Amino acid sequence: MTTQLVIFYFFATVLVASALAVITLKNSVHAALSLVLTFFTAAGIWILAEAEFLGLALIVVYVGAVMVLFLFVVMMLDIKPESMREGFIRFLPVGVIVALVMLVEMLSLIGVKALQAQALPPNPALADGSNTAWLGKALYTQFLLPFEIAALILTVALIAAVTLTLRKRSGVRTQKPSEQVQVQRNERLRVVKMASEGKPGESA
Amino acid sequence: MISLTDILTLLPESFLTVAICALLLLDLFLKPGQRSITHYLAIAVLGVTGWLVLQHYGAPRAFGGMFVRDGIADVLKVFLLLTTALVFVYARPYLRDRGLFVGEYYILSLFAVLGMMLLVSAGSMVMIYLGLELLALSSYALVALNRDSPLSSEAAMKYFVLGALASGMLLYGMSMIYGATGTLDLDKIHAAAAATPQRGMLLFGVVFVVVGIAFKFGAAPFHMWLPDVYQGAPTAVTAFIGSAPKLAAFGMAYRMFESGLGSVGPYWQQMLAVLAVMSLAIGNIAAIMQSNLKRMLAYSTISHVGFLLLGLVNGQPAGYAAAMFYAISYALTAAAAFGMILLLSRAGFESEEIDDFKGLNQRAPWYAFLMALVMFSLAGVPPLFGFFGKLLVLKAAVDAGALWLAIVGAVFAIIGIYYYLRVVKVMYFDGADDASALPPVADAPVRTLISINALALLVLGLTWGPLYGWCARALGIAQ
Repeated sequence: MTTQLVIFYFFATVLVASALAVITLKNSVHAALSLVLTFFTAAGIWILAEAEFLGLALIVVYVGAVMVLFLFVVMMLDIKPESMREGFIRFLPVGVIVALVMLVEMLSLIGVKALQAQALPPNPALADGSNTAWLGKALYTQFLLPFEIAALILTVALIAAVTLTLRKRSGVRTQKPSEQVQVQRNERLRVVKMASEGKPGESA
Repeated sequence: MISLTDILTLLPESFLTVAICALLLLDLFLKPGQRSITHYLAIAVLGVTGWLVLQHYGAPRAFGGMFVRDGIADVLKVFLLLTTALVFVYARPYLRDRGLFVGEYYILSLFAVLGMMLLVSAGSMVMIYLGLELLALSSYALVALNRDSPLSSEAAMKYFVLGALASGMLLYGMSMIYGATGTLDLDKIHAAAAATPQRGMLLFGVVFVVVGIAFKFGAAPFHMWLPDVYQGAPTAVTAFIGSAPKLAAFGMAYRMFESGLGSVGPYWQQMLAVLAVMSLAIGNIAAIMQSNLKRMLAYSTISHVGFLLLGLVNGQPAGYAAAMFYAISYALTAAAAFGMILLLSRAGFESEEIDDFKGLNQRAPWYAFLMALVMFSLAGVPPLFGFFGKLLVLKAAVDAGALWLAIVGAVFAIIGIYYYLRVVKVMYFDGADDASALPPVADAPVRTLISINALALLVLGLTWGPLYGWCARALGIAQ
């Protein structure tokens, strides 16, 4: 058994175990954290298969950004596990039937395909060097124009988001430091000249 | 590698991109009262871009085949820019009266124009998708521009969700076509499609691509979003998304079906024929029942898309030339139709119900005459512009051996005349009955330009030869 295979089995075991934990753990924060572990091990397997860019992208995008958002949402929503489990027994038969149908479908599809499928030949362009470098090169040469257009699309998304959400609210008390420091004495202090008070009952 | 030729080929698009960014920055420093500067600069940018398009710098292909510059792209771009400039002029009083006169309207519209220009020049499926998304994202935001209006927000939401769904379908189809042919380049797909061993996968991909394009076109039965979006969007935005994008939709269909899948024509021609018949039927029959003019024009768009598809079903250069001519005639006529609604509206009065046009002849006989011209052109009454478009696509359908399709088209064209003429009848034979009976108030540029636009429908109808000749030359048909 080669080292690679040992590492693969290790990652695969952790992956399956953490994936199981995602759907069995009662605490939804723990479930979300298990999902992070699942993504992380999946990324490990991809890197093992020499798809290091995909693996890193999975970590950066899903673990770094998407799951953090997900955790925020889970923590903000007050989800009661008990209420989620209501009707578990009642809907169990339906769930089992759906699961069985899906299992049969997947087996018939994958089972048949797995017998016919042949491993894709490795891309000779990727034989030496990392595929991150290859992807980067392709993005800046062959796909330069689409890459730039994608940047424009992001710009439009930014402009659209600002257009649709930025509004000047009236009646909101916000601090304006630039105006506050320019305050003059006579804006804050008003000297009122009054006639001195006479005896009670004398003045109108 | 990128060479100077690549950059020169892309000069109009590059100029437009730089100009949009400059305009965006400039607009930031303008006071609300100076917004007209953005307005005039946006029109000037469109003009300069159009001039650059006509200069023919550069090579027919750039960026390794990603970008194609041929006659079709040039003709479509010129009319895209022209239509957008017309809409900008018509939209100004409307936007100003409603507090929507903001720089973002111009910036987002210009980005949409850039997306359309890239779309009609696409040489790869990636470019088709990205051009389309640039157009679509800008359009979603434009529809929601009047964010305090619930109708507008609802329309934008529907447009966004259905648009995203359509993009998903298109991408899925493209991935299948990529799987079957092993390339994203449209020319290589053209070469590989006929001989691919994966015919099933290719056909599967073609179905999804047809569905995606039909969604974007607004062809029945994928038209559900169109009436709500047209009605819900501010009329200034409806005028934009209802006119120029039809040219881009034709360009996209041409690139995808002819440049890419031309060698497997029978795959998609039957599907387009079915879409054409359904669009003609649903568009024309549903339009009869509408009382809102914007909604009626939306259903009318669906029926016009049906006619346009008749030209594509042909699958020969003459058919594409006819469809292109049709798209141009429709874009100019639709700009005039929505321009007329914009002209007659004012603060607090939308003028978008057909009843709002009652007795227009007594209030403003000249505008009633212009509106009648526009309606006659949409209906396809000779000798107006719209008639020759219809004639050419019907001829293309007959030439393709689909006589039944041409007969269906002709029957529904006659049904369609009813609801266009109803608007004319309301204007000339009904008396105005309420406070809306004020003469239209509009700026001098709007009044002048809409007169020119509507009269051009008559002039181009009488002398349609040169324009059709231009379309035909673009497709390489010897005259």
